[in-house]
Amino acid sequence: MNTDKVISVRNLTKRFGSFTAVDHISFDVDKGEIFGFLGANGAGKTTAMRMLCGLSLPTDGDGQVAGCDIISQSEEIKKRIGYMSQKFSLYSGLTVEENVKLFSTIYGMSSLQIKDSSASLFRDLGMEDMRRAYVKDIPVGWRQKLAFAVATIHKPEVVFLDEPTGGVDPVTRRKFWELIYKASSEGMTVFVTTHYLDEAEYCNRISIMVDGRISALDSPAALKEKYHVSTIDEVFRIVAQTAKRGD
Amino acid sequence: MSIFRSLVKKEALHIVRDTRTMVITLLMPIVLLLLFGFAISTEVNDVRVVAVVDQHTDETRDILQRLRVNEYFTFQGLCSPEDVYELLRSGKTDAALFLKTDQGVLKSQIIVDASNTNTAQTATAYIRGLIGGRSAKSPVLTSTLYNPQLKSAYNFVPGILGMIFILICAIMTSVSIVREKETGTMSLLLVSPVKPQTIILGKLVPYFLLSCVILAVMLLMAYTVLDLPFSASAISVIVVSLLYIILSLSIGLMVSTIVDTQLTALIVSAVMFMLPVIMLSGMIFPVDNMPVVLQWISNIIPARWYIEAMRKLMVQQLDFSYILKDVLILSVMTIVLLASSIAKFKSSTK
Repeated sequence: MNTDKVISVRNLTKRFGSFTAVDHISFDVDKGEIFGFLGANGAGKTTAMRMLCGLSLPTDGDGQVAGCDIISQSEEIKKRIGYMSQKFSLYSGLTVEENVKLFSTIYGMSSLQIKDSSASLFRDLGMEDMRRAYVKDIPVGWRQKLAFAVATIHKPEVVFLDEPTGGVDPVTRRKFWELIYKASSEGMTVFVTTHYLDEAEYCNRISIMVDGRISALDSPAALKEKYHVSTIDEVFRIVAQTAKRGD
Repeated sequence: MSIFRSLVKKEALHIVRDTRTMVITLLMPIVLLLLFGFAISTEVNDVRVVAVVDQHTDETRDILQRLRVNEYFTFQGLCSPEDVYELLRSGKTDAALFLKTDQGVLKSQIIVDASNTNTAQTATAYIRGLIGGRSAKSPVLTSTLYNPQLKSAYNFVPGILGMIFILICAIMTSVSIVREKETGTMSLLLVSPVKPQTIILGKLVPYFLLSCVILAVMLLMAYTVLDLPFSASAISVIVVSLLYIILSLSIGLMVSTIVDTQLTALIVSAVMFMLPVIMLSGMIFPVDNMPVVLQWISNIIPARWYIEAMRKLMVQQLDFSYILKDVLILSVMTIVLLASSIAKFKSSTK
């Protein structure tokens, strides 16, 4: 397997009973790439992502994430990835600082490392005066940024973002994408699912899932050209109209 | 700081910062103990009695005198037979005692207002004892072992202990785990390198410690304010209670692996565990009086065995060898529940 590929899966399949949530998908993601994972609700995005994170075992197929096998080395994978879920997920009853400390400890950082990295984290985010505030009391946009910073505090090779900008206003979303770009420029691979098709334009490459399969995979520009349209929104509509599932 | 310690600290901070729940959790056991110990009691006091006597003899005078001085009765005096029913109907008296002397032999009849069966039965028994003790040729001597004053607090303390720990451990634990599922923090923990068993222990330990504090408070109250006899069995009481706390925590864990929302967790814990504890564990209604089917069901209710053991230890003052069966059953239940819920939790992460 090519070592430049941070994520590499072949024929990844997940069945729940007779329902095939993910149907033989294969793709590679390069190091430092921002890979957009698109699809309608129920297309199988989250299931595929859970398999890549080592949260769920594939029924069939195999793959590597950050150089580890997703079936036999899921525990290794967990140390090398970051994850931010679609629901806002930090402990809202804890302060900003306590959250950062908790998650850095969980990722096995020493107290010295935690001190250093949390100091730079607060400085980079401009959140130094919010350290002692409860997470539930700070604005959504800040929380989102904090959640991203926490998910990447241990400098993972890949960060998985599951609809990270759900329910956030356009300005905040833009700022959030600046963070993603920064992480990517530092060599971190970003695997992001999203509902916002304008965000798909920010990705290096996107894949569109329909009914558990990947129906389209290329750079946004190439996809637009292939389907002779000017926006990803139109690409998505053409590709997704074959869908039989959905809600 | 180790991962485990930081998880415990996280949970402890959540418990302590939720002031309202914290206050309720700590106050509820105390209030319940005081309520059941003092206010709510199954003892019947101040039974109002009138007497109808056709012919005064030494014997009837003696009985009336006993009625007057007995603290359980309020003797309202003599009345005519015609008035008795009106007095009972209007609720001015609870029972009427008819004393009739026929050729030197005393015959007695009790007429009692049985609209409250509990009061009626107890009142009848009191009056019977009062007459019987006096006149029977071969008096029955009754000796009330273990609880000579028939204090209902003795009976309720084990029951309340059995209920509180299900309430705190099962409900609070299941709700707090499911809350993490709902808010999504659970998946953050699951994608992290933390082992599932560490996550579970990090959840259970704070509630275990909280329960220990509550156990200490309740036992202290039971032995001081409620005056339960303190003896060597107190150590067994603590040991068995700790076992029961672990069992209740396992129930909470089990519930949390099955349900997905806090509301369902609350309902499942309350309906499936709280109600049976109150109704079927023997806390209020004796297991022996239940229909056979309910008696079978009560066998699978952990609180039944815990309460049984607690009564033997706290009220009867028996030593550990008498509760081996209860402890064995509780241990088996704990192991089965804990093992299966950990297995279920782990499999849900794969």
